[in-house]
Amino acid sequence: MPDTTTGAGIEVTGLTKIFKNTVKPAVDAIDLDVRPGEFMTLLGPSGSGKTTVLNMIAGFEDVTAGQILLDGEDIAQRPPYKRNLGMVFQDYALFPHMTAAQNVAFPLQRRKIGREETARRVAEALEVVRLGSHGDRLPSQLSGGQQQRVALARAIVFRPRALLLDEPLGALDKRLRDSLQLEIARLHSELGITFVFVTHDQEEALALSDRIAVFRDGRIEQVGTPTQLYETPASHFVATFLGDSNVFSGTVRGGVLDTGSSALRCEGPDGPGTLIVRPERMTIGANGSTAQNRLSGTVTGVVYQGAFRRILVDFDGGAHGMVRDGTDAPTVSTGDRVDISWDVAHSVLVADDDRAVVTT
Amino acid sequence: MTGSTTLRRVLTAFAVLIAIWLVVPVLIVIPISFSGENSFAFPPASWGTGHYVTFFTERSWLTSLLVSLQLAVIVTVIATVLGTMAAFAIVRMTRGSGALERFFTAPLIVPGIVIAVALYVAFLQWGLIGTATGFIAAHTVLSLPFVVVNVANVLRTYDRTLDRAAAMLGASPWTTFRVVTLPIIRPGVLSGALFAFVTSFDEVVVSLFVQSPQLQTLPVRMFTSITNEVDPTIAAASTVVLVVSTLVLGMAGLARRTGTTTRSKDNA
Repeated sequence: MPDTTTGAGIEVTGLTKIFKNTVKPAVDAIDLDVRPGEFMTLLGPSGSGKTTVLNMIAGFEDVTAGQILLDGEDIAQRPPYKRNLGMVFQDYALFPHMTAAQNVAFPLQRRKIGREETARRVAEALEVVRLGSHGDRLPSQLSGGQQQRVALARAIVFRPRALLLDEPLGALDKRLRDSLQLEIARLHSELGITFVFVTHDQEEALALSDRIAVFRDGRIEQVGTPTQLYETPASHFVATFLGDSNVFSGTVRGGVLDTGSSALRCEGPDGPGTLIVRPERMTIGANGSTAQNRLSGTVTGVVYQGAFRRILVDFDGGAHGMVRDGTDAPTVSTGDRVDISWDVAHSVLVADDDRAVVTT
Repeated sequence: MTGSTTLRRVLTAFAVLIAIWLVVPVLIVIPISFSGENSFAFPPASWGTGHYVTFFTERSWLTSLLVSLQLAVIVTVIATVLGTMAAFAIVRMTRGSGALERFFTAPLIVPGIVIAVALYVAFLQWGLIGTATGFIAAHTVLSLPFVVVNVANVLRTYDRTLDRAAAMLGASPWTTFRVVTLPIIRPGVLSGALFAFVTSFDEVVVSLFVQSPQLQTLPVRMFTSITNEVDPTIAAASTVVLVVSTLVLGMAGLARRTGTTTRSKDNA
């Protein structure tokens, strides 16, 4: 839309939700600051509280405690229809008895906008999602991807200052998902409004977000840019939820992690710790760096993935791991003995708080 | 192979026989209503429309027809509104909805004569016998279940995410009901309303208890006619009731059919 709208800032403080007849909070005193115009993704497994947070921002769920500030104003007690936020749902939620154009006109009619301007803005919004010629179709005459694009047009046509997206790509097949993902990224940069995007798909989160908030058990585990979360995860959970990881647990003393079977160099305080190394940071053979770790192991499998290979390794001492290797690297095959090395700077030591959770 | 074909032929013949047995006595009133004789003789010795002229001109017949029509319209409106509200409560309440549904559909199960006696005793006390209010109240009770069942059925398939979507787009709960929910559940509401109309229009048992000589519905007038006199006008009256009920129920069928086609299209 050509009109310059700026995004709203959404600040959540101490947000808590305890559902009826439960003791454990579904959302436990969360603080989150979504900056104006930002693409913020709430990422986490199902039941982690991310959808509940979105529903509280939308107004579908009562807030047990805490504040939701929209540009500094607390909207926690306001009914959803007075919040003026756009929303896109997983199953599109188009009104089946209305055409695409009537669906898009719906929010404008609620705002008593004149017939001519409504028609103009509906056409414009459908154009933005590249459905200009489909205005007279019923939702049942559109494909899933087209329906979701109508839903997007309907959610932005009244120029909300923030858009909430609840797993909007979840119901689509892979190819449609990819193209609609690009569409959403393009909309975000064109509109300049704030996006709050809920997903459990880490690839989606990495591809789209300015920042990601990783949810776990009703709390936020870490907030950061995709690069920060991937390169410097704050916990074992974040590291394993976003991308693949090689994980070594043990005790750190004087910059060395003792796993019981090997000693690995690392950077971090003494005490129990977990060392995270991304598969693409490991190389087979020496890597030439002076600050490196080296482990021996046996190849248990090689998975060809086109652009790269995944080499599964059983390290001596028991840890399982994975190395990502270019397809032009020397071939290894199952049963081969290999030396794996990595630069200390490319590994992250996280506090070892996850063991109990991991074993459950 | 041949055994099953024979069996199917026998079954078909049997079904046709039953259909004839059910329908023919009903259809026999139609030729009798066009009889030129002042008797129930079948086949009629001569033809004419005299019985219809009597039906539509004689006060007692015409009044009872108008009473029945007006009553059915009022009952339809009240039962549709109340029944729709009850259906919402039944479908959307988290607790006690089963009990509520059994309560509202009880008139379908409780024998009509029992309802009639119960209403008679109560109405006698409240002075509602022979009043329009009494008729409306009694027929509403009998019509409600049809609305409740029909509306509850469509409401169960209604996707409540649509309510959320409407709210996010700026629609208050009432606007959402008016502009989104109601148009989508309309087929169920419509067919419930038409069933309510027919239920009231051809109800006899309860009406016999509630009626007074001054206020009679058409079925009651027909009942008194056949017990007290030999008047073939009743054949014309029967034909009118038959035509009205068939038309209305046909519309109900149509309403439901359009409802299911839109729904199946949505799933595509």
